[in-house]
Amino acid sequence: MRNAAILVAALRDPPSVLALNAHDWTALLTIARAEQLIGTLAVRLRTLAVPPAISAMLEDARTNAEYQSRTAMWEADCARRALWDYDGKVVLMKGTAYVAAGLKAGEGRHIGDLDIMVAAQDLAQVERLLLDKGGWEWVKEDAYDDAYYRDHMHELPPMIHKERDRMIDVHHTILPLTARPTPDAAAMLAGAKGIGSDISVRPSTGSGRTDILCIFAPADMVCHCAAHLIADGDLSGGLRNLWDMHCLLTEFTEQDDNFWQALDFRAAHHGLTKNVHRTARLSAQLYGTDIPADWHQPHLADAFFIRRMVARDEWGRGSAKFTRLAFYIRSHWLRMPPMMLARHLWTKWRKG
Amino acid sequence: MHEFRVQVGPAAFRIGSHWRAPIAQMRALYADYPTPEFTDYTVRLEATSFARRFIRPSVAINGDYMLPDAAPLPLDQALLAAEMGMNLQMALGWRRQLILHASAVERDGKALIMTGESGSGKSTLSAMLGRTGWRFMGDEFALIDPVTGEAVPYPRLISLKNEAIAAMQRDAPDAVFGPLMRGTPKGDIRHLVPPAEAIAAMHERAKPALLLFPRFGFEPAIRDVPPSEVFMRLTQASTNYVALGEAGFAALTRFVQSVPARAIDYQSGDEAKALVEQLWAELA
Repeated sequence: MRNAAILVAALRDPPSVLALNAHDWTALLTIARAEQLIGTLAVRLRTLAVPPAISAMLEDARTNAEYQSRTAMWEADCARRALWDYDGKVVLMKGTAYVAAGLKAGEGRHIGDLDIMVAAQDLAQVERLLLDKGGWEWVKEDAYDDAYYRDHMHELPPMIHKERDRMIDVHHTILPLTARPTPDAAAMLAGAKGIGSDISVRPSTGSGRTDILCIFAPADMVCHCAAHLIADGDLSGGLRNLWDMHCLLTEFTEQDDNFWQALDFRAAHHGLTKNVHRTARLSAQLYGTDIPADWHQPHLADAFFIRRMVARDEWGRGSAKFTRLAFYIRSHWLRMPPMMLARHLWTKWRKG
Repeated sequence: MHEFRVQVGPAAFRIGSHWRAPIAQMRALYADYPTPEFTDYTVRLEATSFARRFIRPSVAINGDYMLPDAAPLPLDQALLAAEMGMNLQMALGWRRQLILHASAVERDGKALIMTGESGSGKSTLSAMLGRTGWRFMGDEFALIDPVTGEAVPYPRLISLKNEAIAAMQRDAPDAVFGPLMRGTPKGDIRHLVPPAEAIAAMHERAKPALLLFPRFGFEPAIRDVPPSEVFMRLTQASTNYVALGEAGFAALTRFVQSVPARAIDYQSGDEAKALVEQLWAELA
């Protein structure tokens, strides 16, 4: 195999790695690092009798994943303390949420920035508290970018912590305002539940209010995962986001027999039916997720998505340049109407 | 991609290059090193654009771990690019031992660790001692095992800078040197192949017995360094202390409590060697 299909196979069927030769292993680990799935892979292969040299590498990856989840929980707790005087819900998103909730999707997961969501009308207050009390600051001061974020995006411009050098993204909904679907952010916030004492790493500073930190309800969490993968961005990190989807679907359907109906209902409410179905289909095709028979309706474009997601060579480099470019253009197309896209690219081009 | 694989102590690398020349240079300089079957890290020396593969070739340092703002180097500095790429993989990826940005030499099964800022002379000192009764263990990273407390050798090519190049050529006229790279971002650089016995013993660990903070360019002097200061300086000298969590704290605490530490100032290699021998006789 000359692309990331080797990684997909290892995640889907861990014992299959026992047949790999040294050359395959090098390709597998290099691709897993490039896709930021090395920690996930290491957790999946934990109990297998792999060659000793490989075992040592996987142990490093597990140590690093523990470090990342510890750091993610610490960042979430720092945000909680900065937002002490805020009365609304603060929803943890993506990797931090999966780890906080103890979900399978969080096991070994790479976590970079802290992503949170708050009510749109509270953005100004949250922004002030993070800047004044939390020690975060704007990554770059640029009037056009700043205005662009505030007028058209689903999040504030990124902030970085002065001392810890960690980024925080403050969302008020899950897709850019210019995207065609408009998910019901208020309903997502209303349905979010507190992680309370379930937080995996208890804050060392005790007495605080852990109740403001929340995670999305299961169906909303899946909707966000699908929106993030399919409706936003150029599918970089696609295999990792799709692995999240696989884990969430598998775990939630085990807990709730009616999960598929609930998910369908919720996806329709957010205008994300096509995105959720497509993500579930791709997850079934690549990772073998068990999805209902009537969700399997094949779609011509699915193959194109899969081609993009496995486009990585044995040196860890992005391959299938044309497919990548097509998805890059698509990501802008999804984000903005044509005239706005033209204006945006013109401004960006003039500014160099 | 032209490919070269090399084992340096416990770490195994795969180097890929768009160009044949850097791979040939590495094959020659790393001739005595083992070739691993499995590799821990991939480093890619790649042209910054298609045109830069041929016209004024420009080498981007890519690999498993990359720095977003790493400046590319001209092709005649590709050996330095490979060295920087390998260092970066270790600094950002290695979790098996606590990494100290330090050089190390061994005698009688005991290790002398030397740490300090760039320009302190730790690299040159380890190379000099490695030719006079000590075994060279590494000039860049000392790896401290969190379970046993032992130092694990990492004897990569010795990276000599500026005045150290001429000094070592005087000291070791028979040794194997790489090409002289002038005007790199770190000044003039020339690699030196460690003694063959140091490479052959790359898996033999040693118990740390003395920690030195050398400083080049000052009147000869020896100063005590209190454990609290040693601890703080070593957290800064480590690239993975935080990532190792509790294991890193335990390893570093044990190191600081069990290894005596001194700061030494010196103005010549002979002065430094005399100070080292004196302290080694007293403390180790």
